[in-house]
Amino acid sequence: MIEGLIGKKVGMTQTFERDGNSVPATVILAGPCTVIQKKTLEKDGCTAIQIGFYDKHTSKKFTKAAAGHFKKADVPPTKILKQFLFHKDSEVKPGDQFFADLFKEGEKVDVIGISKGKGFTGVVKRWGFHGGKDTHGSMFHRHAGSIGCSADPSRVLKGKKMPGHSGNSKVTVRNLTVLQARKEDNLLVVKGCVPGANGGYVYIKKVNFNEPSQKKEIKG
Amino acid sequence: MNLIDLVEKDNIKEDRDNFNVGDTVEVHVIIREGDKERVQVFKGNVISKRGSGAKKMFTVRKLSFGIGVERIFPLYSKSIKKIKVVRKGRVRRAKLYYLRDLKGKAANIKESR
Repeated sequence: MIEGLIGKKVGMTQTFERDGNSVPATVILAGPCTVIQKKTLEKDGCTAIQIGFYDKHTSKKFTKAAAGHFKKADVPPTKILKQFLFHKDSEVKPGDQFFADLFKEGEKVDVIGISKGKGFTGVVKRWGFHGGKDTHGSMFHRHAGSIGCSADPSRVLKGKKMPGHSGNSKVTVRNLTVLQARKEDNLLVVKGCVPGANGGYVYIKKVNFNEPSQKKEIKG
Repeated sequence: MNLIDLVEKDNIKEDRDNFNVGDTVEVHVIIREGDKERVQVFKGNVISKRGSGAKKMFTVRKLSFGIGVERIFPLYSKSIKKIKVVRKGRVRRAKLYYLRDLKGKAANIKESR
């Protein structure tokens, strides 16, 4: 048993609960994911497995070094790779495949993805500042206002919320409920939304995965 | 068929989408009060249909004691027991929002034959 899978966001839809309420849902193509490498405490300094997600648009050219890495496990090359934890007593070996039925209906998952890039944005959009009045001669519309004190400390404090590049960063959405996990077409339907555009890659992790990673102590 | 359609297929009932804009329909809505269930009928003209797949919705407009009332239903909602077509209407628009401004005889929809 492994901790999670790599997936591809397909899009959003809605499903109906038993009492008729409609719930927003995101469809994720989760799998098949192939185990490429099993990392051991002695050799790699930690216990983990590396899995790959095959997508025809991204798995074309590889360097010889990368090709050798896949050849060692005797699996087709994949571009999207991710390291996950696995249960110590489960026998996972390179070449094993995992599908969307790794998750069960009603289970809680975390979904990690790259959010949509928003470019250079102001403080109202980026940090949710309220801005000023549009009318009544306000002359203060979407500005940030004061950014600190005067002679003491005579500098701007670190971490001050200011305009800048927004989005296009790693975002984790926690505790999403799995509505459906379909093995036949590898589709995972989760309640709510996940980061990124349609077609973007996401990592889906089990919330209740109790297997601490073993790491070698680094000396010095 | 794309992947979203595969997921939506489970919710779609083939016989549910049997009416058009301009038709007079009876929507039988299931209402739950505690553990009791009863059916309420909402009868009126369909003035709009929008959305696709399992997300399709429709708007029904009726006159209640001289006041216009509109309700928007998800087509494949589990709270809808059935939709009965009472009368087929002949209209030339996809959205009949102009009915909101009309009164009396002008607000009638001709029956299609």
